[in-house]
Amino acid sequence: MTLVRVTEVTHRFGSLTAVDRVSLAVEAGEVVGLLGANGAGKTTLIRCILGLLRPTSGAVSLFGLAPSRRTRTRLGYVPQGLGLYDDLTVAENLAFSARAFGGAQGGHGGAPAAGPADADLDRDVEAVAGELVGNLPLGLRRRVAFSAALAHRPDLLVLDEPTSGVDPLGRAQLWDTIRAAAEAGAGVLVTTHRMSEAEQCDRLVVLAGGRVAAQGTMAAIMGDASTVRVSTLRWEDAFLALEEAGLPVALVGRSLRVPGADRERVAAALGAGAVEAELDLVPATFEETFVALAAAA
Amino acid sequence: MTPAGAPGTGRGEAGRQPPAGFGVEELVVAYHGRTAVAGVTLEVARGGVTGVVGGDGAGKTTVLRALAGAVRPASGRVRRPPARRIGYVSAGPGVYRDLTVDENLAFAGAAYGLRGRALAERAGRLLDRTGLAAARDRLGGQLSGGMRQKLALAMAMLHEPELLVLDEPTTGVDPVSRAELWRLVAHAAAAGAAVVVATTYLDEAERTGWVLVLDQGRPLVAGTPAAIVDGIPGAVLDASARPDRGAAWRRGARWRVWSPDGSATPGASVVAHDLEDAVVVAALAARARAAREKEAAA
Repeated sequence: MTLVRVTEVTHRFGSLTAVDRVSLAVEAGEVVGLLGANGAGKTTLIRCILGLLRPTSGAVSLFGLAPSRRTRTRLGYVPQGLGLYDDLTVAENLAFSARAFGGAQGGHGGAPAAGPADADLDRDVEAVAGELVGNLPLGLRRRVAFSAALAHRPDLLVLDEPTSGVDPLGRAQLWDTIRAAAEAGAGVLVTTHRMSEAEQCDRLVVLAGGRVAAQGTMAAIMGDASTVRVSTLRWEDAFLALEEAGLPVALVGRSLRVPGADRERVAAALGAGAVEAELDLVPATFEETFVALAAAA
Repeated sequence: MTPAGAPGTGRGEAGRQPPAGFGVEELVVAYHGRTAVAGVTLEVARGGVTGVVGGDGAGKTTVLRALAGAVRPASGRVRRPPARRIGYVSAGPGVYRDLTVDENLAFAGAAYGLRGRALAERAGRLLDRTGLAAARDRLGGQLSGGMRQKLALAMAMLHEPELLVLDEPTTGVDPVSRAELWRLVAHAAAAGAAVVVATTYLDEAERTGWVLVLDQGRPLVAGTPAAIVDGIPGAVLDASARPDRGAAWRRGARWRVWSPDGSATPGASVVAHDLEDAVVVAALAARARAAREKEAAA
């Protein structure tokens, strides 16, 4: 079932076109990542999907309907600021958000979303029910926000950088919850520009300059893009020589990477700096591919 | 106590018998009687980038503040250059919102006795390298997150410090600006500075030469990123479903499973793991050890 369908949506603020003829869909049970640099149009697009902004042209449909107060009750949203009240307890926050949704229940087949991960989430949140949210560590605060967003069993979850600031173990627990919601039938739309989050998604939509620059699986988007890897005993000299030549050089450990560059140009720049180095053409990382897509826009 | 200040190493001498770097040894810091970090040792070599990794509350900021001289340790040793030879970017907006980019740089320069031609020259070079040259008359408060962080970094690098301490410089920064920020960081290291960067992201830690991972104020694991990946106890397995037993975590639609003895189990096979997996394993192993010790004590 298609939960979100965005068709040729354009949104203009005066003369600025923030979103330019974007189309995308989120199906039940899948986790879709929405990626973009600052100003790429992510926030505007999400506002259109949430029904907070009306597109200048094109159409957004949520569960087959135009976004409205009614579709809002079938949606769970965790903003980056989490949307919790720091001076209320966990239990009070959860009661407050439950009332805001009027006890509405989503409809993913009526089956309760009760995977083992949710049992973990319930237990962890229950254990701190009486604590002020502001006193909890960030990882736990994020889990409380998830719990609030999931309580009415939404059909669609919209998450903004859901694991930002959390350690790897905490991040793994949060993804456990997100995945369990998807397996129970919810669709998930994650906005992020962190690679550790992008690689958890089933499918990615990359926005650049308000347009869809690429979409598909991470592997498909990366394709056969390559990077020149520079191995040398004198990375400092090599770095300064490549930078001097205007190449987009990056330091990784004690070797260097020059994404998107051709080998001859790298060799020439190193030769000009009299630096001895070994060059290999290696597959680009997703981050490198993303930067190239954003730069091309 | 800080040792007598070594003179600046100057550009271009990097990598050739660099003088001893900076760092902390057996650092303990307490705030109002509560221990924030304990048992932390970190070497920050000149001419390199060192990473301090951990989640919110792990103690990254405390270690960096101690290294920069902004907090007095309860015990342990801190080796750092004199304050004038340190550049420090704290977490959060490190720029003055109601000053222009130029004014922010001039203000930072004045704090280090830089003015006139020397200031104009260095500021000009940094403005070019940060891509902020076209924004020099814009107010700090009007800059995007990425531009603001680049300005904060430029302000900290203006006096060509020997030790550059950066607390989560890429938080809230998109990949394009992130690549530019890391290029500035690498440039400072290539020119001979000792650079330490705190981050919550392991893909960023992989860029550094040496990483210290903190967990709840204690060191969890340390080494080069490759050594941390190679050094985990046992192996990491890949499976399509959550196994009946053992610690498992998601990787996309699939599962990763920690096998402490390194053996494969039915339906799961050993997979090449990365730094993110390795740190998850280190955290799981530490939790298991703590649970055993608690049991033994009871």
